[in-house]
Amino acid sequence: MTAAPVPKIRIRGLTKAFGPKRVLDGIDLDVPTGTSFVIIGGSGSGKSVLLRCILGLIEPDSGVIEIDGENVLTANAARREVLIERIGMLFQNGALFDSLPVWENVSFGLLAKRGRGNRITRAEARTRAATFLSQVGLDPSVGDLSPSELSGGMQKRVGLARAIASRPEILFFDEPTTGLDPIMGAVIDGLIVDCVKKLGSTAIAITHDMASARRIGDEAAMLYRGKLIWQGRAADLMDSGNPMVDQFTHGRREGPISMELRR
Amino acid sequence: MSSGPWRARAADNVAPVAPLRVPPGVNAVLDPVAALGRAVLERVRKSGMLALFALEAVSHLVRPPFYWRVFLSALIEIGFFSLPVVALTALFSGGVIALQSYAGFSQYHVQSAIADVVALSVTRELGPVLAGLMVAGRVGAAMSAEIGTMRVTDQIDALRTLSTHPMKYLVTPRLLAGVLALPFLVVVADILGVMGGFIVATSKLGFTPDAYISATFAGLAASDVLVGLAKAAVFGFLIALLGCYHGYTSRGGAEGVGAATTAAVVAASILLLAFDYLLTDLFFAS
Ligand SMILES: Nc1ncnc2c1ncn2[C@@H]1O[C@H](COP(=O)(O)OP(=O)(O)OP(=O)(O)O)[C@@H](O)[C@H]1O
Ligand SMILES: [Mg+2]
Repeated sequence: MTAAPVPKIRIRGLTKAFGPKRVLDGIDLDVPTGTSFVIIGGSGSGKSVLLRCILGLIEPDSGVIEIDGENVLTANAARREVLIERIGMLFQNGALFDSLPVWENVSFGLLAKRGRGNRITRAEARTRAATFLSQVGLDPSVGDLSPSELSGGMQKRVGLARAIASRPEILFFDEPTTGLDPIMGAVIDGLIVDCVKKLGSTAIAITHDMASARRIGDEAAMLYRGKLIWQGRAADLMDSGNPMVDQFTHGRREGPISMELRR
Repeated sequence: MSSGPWRARAADNVAPVAPLRVPPGVNAVLDPVAALGRAVLERVRKSGMLALFALEAVSHLVRPPFYWRVFLSALIEIGFFSLPVVALTALFSGGVIALQSYAGFSQYHVQSAIADVVALSVTRELGPVLAGLMVAGRVGAAMSAEIGTMRVTDQIDALRTLSTHPMKYLVTPRLLAGVLALPFLVVVADILGVMGGFIVATSKLGFTPDAYISATFAGLAASDVLVGLAKAAVFGFLIALLGCYHGYTSRGGAEGVGAATTAAVVAASILLLAFDYLLTDLFFAS
């Protein structure tokens, strides 16, 4: 045994089926501290389910999920909450709280940690929210709007601001740039890279955008039929040598992956 | 499990049970029996989950933090914005009781008992029950729609990732608001119900105001009002509980939220009447 450093996230043999449908079928994954990991895969291949399993939002059928070497699935409820608190998540659909104004969405995590050594007034939280909003390219005046008054891309950026606001050790991004224009997409990618490099966070990002994948990711993997069929450097995504990954990243109709359009 | 036992634990998480092999004709006989059995088991399972849900929500009352903002906005939503509906309902019902009892009582020349009947029926029964049913339709539905939408748009999951326990944040403050707001509404309903009777009795049935009012107070005991308020607190708890529970466990997009909302109102109304019977039996039967 070599004394390899404990990965931030370590997954072994993770399986999850919904009824007869095996969505995750033995996932093994190591994400070292401070790296950002990109997961690609077809629509409905189980990428979001994988992140939800790690977050404890879906109970997997079997397997091991460790955060900092501690098994999340066997931890008791209280301990689990502590582990999960290290993770910030940008949901695929934003999942903004529509009963709260945008600024309160952004600073929700900060305010939630109030009274646990983190003294912050609502006025301060509001100022902080404005800073985060400008980081994701939104005017601070957006803070007073309700989430339903925002465009889809704006909602995504608010979701991103909310995820990074409490500076979590681990960040999950579920399609951070889908629905954004290319320039804003590049800005958001830059922001994600900043978070990982400057704050030393560990990130897992799901994306369908290959340019974005190479910009964000240090490492990458492809999920297909419940398994990670390829894992390597994100820079190699476009010429991985794996025929399935090649077909996917180049968007070819013909290849080993036959889209099951009619089942 | 951190997410609690009732959490949308998909039916699709459970491996489907292979159908029993029986000769063709037998199925026609067995199917309805099986369906009945399944429905009963489902009921039992749901009641158990509801009880666990209620227990956990209540347990969060004594585990800080408490979300005052959510509590206050629920309190205002239930206590203040339901006032017009509850007031009008009570006013008309008091009037109707006066009219109906006059029709019956005048045959036996006991019209003087009308004030008494109005006061007792309003404070003991009509006030709490009608206010409860109105609030169940208004607030129970709104709660389950709001929380249900949060469920199907991942907002409840998002709460978890932001160091906030969804039950503590969404359910506990609403339960407390329900328990406190309904008695207040019932006080208003009691007053307006008696007033409805008063208006009808003095304007149509030939009562003098003085006589009606003194008859009202003579016939009414403090315990009538207090038991009505206790009922109201229980009803408030039930309404908020069922609204939150159905919203919290809803699934399947907008359609699922709609179904949850209907279920919340129907279940709250039925449970409310059932508990009304139990509480009446407990307090007044002896
Ligand atoms: N709660 C659930 N109940 C039943 N099936 C589910 C549930 N969540 C996900 N699934 C199924 O799991 C599969 C994977 O879903 P998932 O959301 O992970 O896809 P994805 O890889 O994120 O796709 P996309 O790129 O389109 O977001 C889908 O076939 C979906 O139908
Ligand atoms: Mg997804």
